[in-house]
Amino acid sequence: MSRVRTYAQAVNEGLHQAMETDQDVICYGLGTPDPKGVFGTTLGLQERFGVQRVFDMPCSENGMTGVAIGAALNGIRPVVTHQRVDFFLLAMDQLVNNAAKWHYMFGGQGSVPITIRLIIGRGWGQGPTHSQHLQAWFAHIPGLKVVMPTTPADAKGLLISSIFDDNPVVFLEHRWLHNAQGDVPEGDHRVPLGEAATARTGDDVSIVAMSHMTVEAIRASDHLKAQGIGCEVIDLRTISPLDWATVLASVRRTGRLLVADTGSRSGGVGGEVVARVAEELGDVMKCRPRRIALPDCPTPTSSALTLGFYPRAAEIAQAVGSMLGLPSGADALEAQRSGPHDVPGEWFRGPF
Amino acid sequence: MIADPQQHGVEQRKALLYCMMRIRCVEETIAARYADQKMRCPTHLCTGQEGVSAGVGCALRSDDFAVSGHRAHGHYLGKGGDLRAMLAEIHGKVTGCCRGKGGSMHLVDRSVGFVGSTAIVGGTIPIGVGLGLSIQLRGTDQVSCVFFGEGATEEGVFYEAVNFAVLRNLPVLFVCENNLYSVYSPLAVRQPEGRSLCGIAGEMGMRAERGYGNDVLEVYAKAQQAILSIREGTGPVFLEFATYRHREHCGPNLDDDLGYQPEDERQLWLGRDPISRFQRSLLVAKTITDRDLDAMAVALQRDVDEAFEFAEASSFPEPTDAYEGVYA
Repeated sequence: MSRVRTYAQAVNEGLHQAMETDQDVICYGLGTPDPKGVFGTTLGLQERFGVQRVFDMPCSENGMTGVAIGAALNGIRPVVTHQRVDFFLLAMDQLVNNAAKWHYMFGGQGSVPITIRLIIGRGWGQGPTHSQHLQAWFAHIPGLKVVMPTTPADAKGLLISSIFDDNPVVFLEHRWLHNAQGDVPEGDHRVPLGEAATARTGDDVSIVAMSHMTVEAIRASDHLKAQGIGCEVIDLRTISPLDWATVLASVRRTGRLLVADTGSRSGGVGGEVVARVAEELGDVMKCRPRRIALPDCPTPTSSALTLGFYPRAAEIAQAVGSMLGLPSGADALEAQRSGPHDVPGEWFRGPF
Repeated sequence: MIADPQQHGVEQRKALLYCMMRIRCVEETIAARYADQKMRCPTHLCTGQEGVSAGVGCALRSDDFAVSGHRAHGHYLGKGGDLRAMLAEIHGKVTGCCRGKGGSMHLVDRSVGFVGSTAIVGGTIPIGVGLGLSIQLRGTDQVSCVFFGEGATEEGVFYEAVNFAVLRNLPVLFVCENNLYSVYSPLAVRQPEGRSLCGIAGEMGMRAERGYGNDVLEVYAKAQQAILSIREGTGPVFLEFATYRHREHCGPNLDDDLGYQPEDERQLWLGRDPISRFQRSLLVAKTITDRDLDAMAVALQRDVDEAFEFAEASSFPEPTDAYEGVYA
């Protein structure tokens, strides 16, 4: 029987489930118990689990990350939520110097089971400091795990796994996915960290994507299928540790790689995937690998300036067509879109 | 205020002296042997500051938590941390408290509540507060003690951590060792004249007191009193202790040739050495004799030498161990 939930509801279910399962799970962050409940994801938690375990916090991102680390060193499992990844940059010292390294630098004595929920997004005037995609930063730090779920079921399953993982996990939720719907299993549904999912199967091109770009890749893939082009869409789900076995097996079969990254081009996850695949499979590839990413430029605010800024399904389809030397029908795909370019759908009316 | 040497029992006073002399013996032996190139990591000695480590360390229970910064040898030993594991760590050996992953600036002994010291100024202050939060959630009567220097009060994270500790009434003891210098930079270039750290801490909502860090009995008494009130649930306490580092910021040498410490200030503080002044007062009070002191010094040196032998005789970790333990 199908059990349809939104991504935001799935996150909310995951938090309820984890707090129900283990009383050492606590949940805090600016706005966590407020009337809007961080886009609905934290609604009902404080009523259910009380003010000791669910609370708002001072505007102290770095300090409160350190507090989470300290509590975790005594067996607590804090989930800390920030409404934007950009706000969390003040906490890079605690995340990088303490959380990521603690288990290693103390010779395995003590671990830091914290989950940092950070929300990313695009469009709707988010601009330079409300829309960054910094998964490559986090993935560059040994000792951190980096998770970017795409579907509601994965949002719940990966969140519960992140909370019960003994390592610090950066959990990146895309604002454009919060209203996406899908089947979400009931109860203590867990999806293992470090395993990619194959969202579409195909023999001609491997498209490696994450988060919202998986949605764009699926759209492109379904369109291309009608043109007789088979795309295998790999949804990474976990950026670090990355599931190289799945990526390499797919490219070994298709001989072609396109990476669709939500982040900017240089120094990104897309570049890393291309590099690793080229190192391992360069000899068997049928064409040069390609990546689609954001330009190396801060995000502008005006909707006029974001017109061509964010890559979409049409760009993916076009890239696939050019890799195969076949027509992609990308123009037709683009023509199917309706409404403004800078929102995920009619449901999104702002302000953020 | 000079604490009354009769205020505490003979055994307690001897224990405080022993603790200070032990830390001094370790630090001075490291300094003497550092040139051998067997201890190959940055090492920040606390010679001159033993009063705070011993006074606070002896007032804490072994199930209380403590965290510290880069100059942590005294805090670790005062809390009861294993000496052999510390020296082996500084020697990079597999028997070290971090199995060679941490070095002098990363010490840990969970068996006595020393949760860890790290190398970033102020970095463990919120961690100590988080340990305090965990104590509150668990409902035990433990205390979380955070050691840091006055330089750390210039970091934003200090204010963030203190604010939350006060907001949640957490069982945290903040111990600020004010040794007047951050590396070579004196207080005058870092904080405005007349700044009162206790005033700031007090205004932020904590009980805050200033004490003389080179009087171990005063440190012990203030720490005991603070810990008692924290255990009773009255919230965090801030203690600032004035003290002075005798050796260079990092390394085994005296650095008076550099001239960054005014000579009269330096001589004044060398004359206020926490160990000699306490020994004098115990001798005057006939709590202890010169012969006792000599015997203690000999026994301590023997123990410390034995710990060095252990460290030197221990094996290095395998090179492949470097890649283990990235994830728990």
